[in-house]
Amino acid sequence: MIDGIEVDAKAGATIRSAAETVGIEIPTLCWARNLNPANACRLCVVEVEGTRPLVASCSRTVEDQMVITTNSARVRENRRSVLELLASAVELDWAESELVAHFVEYEARSDHFDGTKLEEASKIHDDLFAREYSRCVLCYRCVDACGDQAQHTFAIAIAGRGFESRVSTEFDVRLPDSACVYCGNCIAVCPTGALTPLTEFVMRTESTWVQERQVVTHTVCAFCGVGCNLELHVQDDNIVKVTSPSDHDISLGNLCIKGRFGWQHLD
Amino acid sequence: MPNVHFGNGQPTTREQEIVEQFLLEPERATHALSERVLVGGPRRATGIRHLLLPGLWALQDSVGWVSPGGLKALCDSLGVPLAEAYGVATFYELLQSEPPPEVLIRQCDDITCMLFSSGNLGVEGSRVGSSCLGQCDSSAAAVVQRPGHGTAIVTESVGASTPVVAAPAGARLLRRIFNGGATTIADYRSVGGYTALEVAIEIGSSGVLGAIQQSGLRGRGGAAFPTGAKWLAVADSLSSTKYVIANADESEPGTFKDRVLMEQDPFALIEALTIAGLTVGADCGWIYIRGEYTLSYARIKSAISEAHSTGFLGADVAGSGRPFDIEVRRGGGAYVCGEETALLQSIEGYRGEPRSKPPYPTSDGLFGQPTLINNVETLVNVLEILHQGPAEWRSVGSAESPGTRLFCLSGHVARPGVYEHPMGTTLGRVLSDAGGVAAGSELQMILLGGAAGGFVSPEQLHVELSFEGARSAGLSLGSGAIVVFDASVDLPKVVARVAKFFANESCGKCVPCRIGTQRQMEIVAGRSGGLRVLDDLDQVMTDSSICGLGQAASSLVRSARNLGVI
Amino acid sequence: MFGVGGGTSSFAEIEDADLILLWGSNARDAHPIFFHHLLKGIKNGARMWAIDPRRTSSAKFADTWLGLEVGSDIALANALAREIIHNGHADEEFIANATSGYAEFAASVEDWTPERASDATKLPTAEIRALALAIGQSKKVQICWTLGITEHHTGVDNVHALINLALLTGNVGRWGSGLVPLRGQNNVQGGGDMGAIPLRLPGFTDVSDAVQRERCEREWGASLPDQRGWHMSEMFDAMHERALRALWVIGENPADSEADADHARAALSGLDILVVQDLYLTRTAQLADVVFPAAAAWAESDGTVTNSERRVQRVRRAVAPPGEAHDDLEIIFDVAKICGHDWGSPDAEVVWDELRRVSPSHAGMTYARLSDLGGLQWPCLDESDPGAPFLHGRLWQQPLVGARAPFAAVEWRPPLDTLDDDYPFRLTTGRVIDSYNTGVQTERYPSPIRTGDTLDICRADASSIGVTSGDRVAVASRRGAIEMTIRIVEGLPRGLVFSTMHFPGAADVNRLISDAWDPKSGTAEFKATAVRIDRCASEIVAQ
Ligand SMILES: Cc1cc2nc3c(=O)[nH]c(=O)nc-3n(C[C@H](O)[C@H](O)[C@H](O)COP(=O)(O)O)c2cc1C
Ligand code: SF4
Ligand code: SF4
Ligand code: SF4
Ligand code: FES
Repeated sequence: MIDGIEVDAKAGATIRSAAETVGIEIPTLCWARNLNPANACRLCVVEVEGTRPLVASCSRTVEDQMVITTNSARVRENRRSVLELLASAVELDWAESELVAHFVEYEARSDHFDGTKLEEASKIHDDLFAREYSRCVLCYRCVDACGDQAQHTFAIAIAGRGFESRVSTEFDVRLPDSACVYCGNCIAVCPTGALTPLTEFVMRTESTWVQERQVVTHTVCAFCGVGCNLELHVQDDNIVKVTSPSDHDISLGNLCIKGRFGWQHLD
Repeated sequence: MPNVHFGNGQPTTREQEIVEQFLLEPERATHALSERVLVGGPRRATGIRHLLLPGLWALQDSVGWVSPGGLKALCDSLGVPLAEAYGVATFYELLQSEPPPEVLIRQCDDITCMLFSSGNLGVEGSRVGSSCLGQCDSSAAAVVQRPGHGTAIVTESVGASTPVVAAPAGARLLRRIFNGGATTIADYRSVGGYTALEVAIEIGSSGVLGAIQQSGLRGRGGAAFPTGAKWLAVADSLSSTKYVIANADESEPGTFKDRVLMEQDPFALIEALTIAGLTVGADCGWIYIRGEYTLSYARIKSAISEAHSTGFLGADVAGSGRPFDIEVRRGGGAYVCGEETALLQSIEGYRGEPRSKPPYPTSDGLFGQPTLINNVETLVNVLEILHQGPAEWRSVGSAESPGTRLFCLSGHVARPGVYEHPMGTTLGRVLSDAGGVAAGSELQMILLGGAAGGFVSPEQLHVELSFEGARSAGLSLGSGAIVVFDASVDLPKVVARVAKFFANESCGKCVPCRIGTQRQMEIVAGRSGGLRVLDDLDQVMTDSSICGLGQAASSLVRSARNLGVI
Repeated sequence: MFGVGGGTSSFAEIEDADLILLWGSNARDAHPIFFHHLLKGIKNGARMWAIDPRRTSSAKFADTWLGLEVGSDIALANALAREIIHNGHADEEFIANATSGYAEFAASVEDWTPERASDATKLPTAEIRALALAIGQSKKVQICWTLGITEHHTGVDNVHALINLALLTGNVGRWGSGLVPLRGQNNVQGGGDMGAIPLRLPGFTDVSDAVQRERCEREWGASLPDQRGWHMSEMFDAMHERALRALWVIGENPADSEADADHARAALSGLDILVVQDLYLTRTAQLADVVFPAAAAWAESDGTVTNSERRVQRVRRAVAPPGEAHDDLEIIFDVAKICGHDWGSPDAEVVWDELRRVSPSHAGMTYARLSDLGGLQWPCLDESDPGAPFLHGRLWQQPLVGARAPFAAVEWRPPLDTLDDDYPFRLTTGRVIDSYNTGVQTERYPSPIRTGDTLDICRADASSIGVTSGDRVAVASRRGAIEMTIRIVEGLPRGLVFSTMHFPGAADVNRLISDAWDPKSGTAEFKATAVRIDRCASEIVAQ
């Protein structure tokens, strides 16, 4: 039973996905369609009857006779606080549109809590990547994509503890000195713009990145016989970024360095 | 397992040797059979990943830090990705990932030691602050780390008189310790050691399960969960591999009872864990000891090896025909690893970040197998239940909280130490049995249950220390910590220290706790924004945090506000 | 395979395999996203054996890596077959129902004792036995390979040796098992399917197949030869003999990519006319009389490509080609027009629909379906056909429908380019993750992990020659000599050195390679060159 609607969910389904089947949308941040969520952001919390704390709907699986409330005042207050906490610490002006929409929906004020912000210098160590961890919400998506949920390269991990936790290479070595193979599968899942292809980073910094003028065309990568699907983001007849559809069964949103960056030879 | 790639830091010969020495016992991860054959891969790496934390400790103790070259050698052998291993190392307070000073002093400045520390430890070196070290009975304390000389605890005992162990109303758990403790198997046997195991073997698994259920024993680790139900759940599981774990990570500020048990009566824990293993059907037990407890670690290790050589551990435990062995793990200095699922992650060689529950460890625990996790004190109670029988055992204490409880008294109390009292004894009685407030002073406030607990004012000394007694007064017994503050104490400072404790100890995984504890610390320290947002913080941390750490992180602040302390 | 030119399986199947043999393939670097599927298989419990002379980045994920001697694959496969038979693990029911030539095959491997194979492969007999046992005891085995199997003078036989193992154990025609050749290029599969190989017509039917020939002749209004044409290696021989005098090269850079590059360049230079159609002015284009600047097929024009799992997918134009560059189709239409044939205005979908009329396997693949379904795997016979995730399921039908799958007894022949005191090292070539073929495109993006033209060597060999990482060396084969930079790496046995072929500008590796080719496929022996390594004169002088 979700918000008074009787739901017949598949065994093993999460509360979030069960709610989706009846058209109830629950906000998420660390969840992504092609990854198992770290259940770290707690934006997706809901009330489950008989459980004192709120429950992360992205990870908790449904049980028989569960009674779930997804949008009570208590749930909404908690979500608002989560957003407000994030805004108090993290630069969110490049965040994906969904996150921006959640701020509106939950009337979250970005100055409600104030205090130390994450202060991190930009990390640009090569011609492909920009990393700005002052924009990082620690959703673990990049770490999981680089790690055992997709790429298995493990170039990055969470290091440190608590408020000092950061996404980092070993001993914070520069990315080219790490195990990184520049697949950009981390960039692809980053919801906040903490990780961007350098091309996008430069355009955003120069304010020439105009999402509304961009058209996305689907095609197939030309660099091996796997046949990964590509989404070419084109602005003013120039490719400005390449991504991969997260729902295509060959690549599930992932690419290798050639697929994600090889297009630059066209420039 | 992966493209293990190393940017820099080629190991020195010494680092290579340390790692090889460490890996002598367990088989090396990647196994070169010849120039043309190599056995390795992710499966092998996963199977020995649990050696990572001990491997990091080997580097810390020998090289003095987790050096890039040492970490490379270790990761190469274990097949652990370097970035992940670095992430693990930097999770733990006691593992350094920067070149160490000659002498590093981690001076405890937590709630008890902050009252006493003179800074005069008889050692010189670089100093950093530290969360509670579990030495509050001989406060103030520090951890000293020196390259090549490992990790040691030093205390200056300026607080009060020498620590005591007492049971004013009769000893059960502390029986042997009263007789001078039992650190060898001969001593242990001479005071009736291992007779509970005999009983357990005789009455069999169902007999033990029945006795524990009838006893009404509830967990002493903080959550007060019925122990019998947990044992039954694991025993009932059909899985062929199961584990039992003793949670000896005791890190709640003001708490040191498990340390006293392990240091002076190590076989009791081993016997109890063996009974747990035989009862639920586990062949392997683990004891996870907090990293600062070096003496406990040594005593437990030597007790295990004695138990081995006398047939109380091994392929045929005490003639039962059943195998049981114990592995010991040393924590790396992280309060959150006492949380049971974080503890599992830590043993498995990952960062000590809690898992989401359900599933619970009883079904998906260590290495994904059904696992029983109990606190040290909880386990030692099992011996008493089997000795006395459940009816006799529960004749003390209350119906809801049968048995006795160990309380850790520290701060401005005349005789700090571990005290055993029947559950339901009043706080006032417990305090007066410890000699009351230290001479020449007046009681201002008591902190009950540690950092995750609450304040008790002098007007509330009548509160009964049982689970239900505490609950009805809006309190919690927590770990049994009782810290006494006299009139001289600046209580807002204590509150600020506790807020800092949570900010330091938050694992950082979930937003409410990672950022919430940081904001709470800043606000309570008066460094930012008004108290008005504390209610919002309290709500989001309590409701939405993943684990008990975040969920309890605002409890003392709330209690302080209710009592007008801040 | 068994008359069908494509891998038997879908990528997703490897996620459900219990045993993966990655044989002569460094998919981790060469097919990274296929490797993601493989990794899921490992996570789901599959065991993996990597069989490759090099301990590649793929081999690091293997439960066991076997570093066999270059070119000894047939010896190993035959010995495995013998062990499997002796262990009683041959799938006799499947063999009886669905295959032919088993008795002869079994007899042919009988001599291949593990000891004999151990001599040829330099692998311990225990590991050969262990692998045979693993194959015999697994229910679902996937055998994956790449150019490490095919780029030998016995390339086709090598493939047969692997097919034999699959037939012997019934590991074909069922979900989760199968034979998976990974294609190096995005559309080699499609090129072959369209008939762009000398032996075939569209739909991968033989040119000698009268029915198919007639179908094409009717569609095209022209008569077609019933004899096969030349493959690349034959073309180069023909150029030398001046039997071939005009050449139109579309999107290929043979001046850099052919074995024995000096020989190939001489052949190209001797042509009467060379026309090259490419994105860039490649080394081949520089030799050309006429260059047609072409659009990038995957971003500047419309069409389809076919991947290694026989999946046809749409490519689409997203940006306009630069300057005078034109779509390949436009160029071909324009040339036709000049030759007096007006084919109308070029339209990729119209051309595709024509293909659907002549190739029954593609008949059901309309552009609309290809778009909606994320591609379709052939055969796809009509518009209600969901396509074929795996092939040869029919082999499990009783009674069998269609032809039996033949075993092919194959004999091991070591590499032609033999090692001796003058040429004591074995050079093998391959890909790295960030580059592609001769680097024409990939050298034009700023990869931070580019290794360049290094000659990879193990520490022991490097010190025996007296060199270390960064030193320049002269690498000579029986065909030529080039300079390269030494890089000491782990994972190469003694006697084996490795280089990529991505940097012909800096290290013209293909000049070293023998153009002796497999008579059955026309593929040259890229993977087994005998070389000598000397410190460069300049280095020696400097010391
Ligand atoms: C942050 C945190 C720290 C904890 N630390 C400890 C500890 O040090 N020792 C302990 O026994 N239990 C600790 N616990 C409780 C354990 O999670 C678990 O409930 C306990 O080990 C179960 O044993 P019991 O049933 O015998 O009490 C902690 C819980 C939390 C949330
Ligand atoms: S680019 Fe790929 S390898 Fe590098 S950090 Fe990102 S996910 Fe990992
Ligand atoms: S860098 Fe991006 S993807 Fe990675 S944890 Fe931070 S916000 Fe998430
Ligand atoms: S992205 Fe990489 S793996 Fe995918 S098709 Fe392109 S080159 Fe191949
Ligand atoms: S989406 Fe559920 S915790 Fe982040």
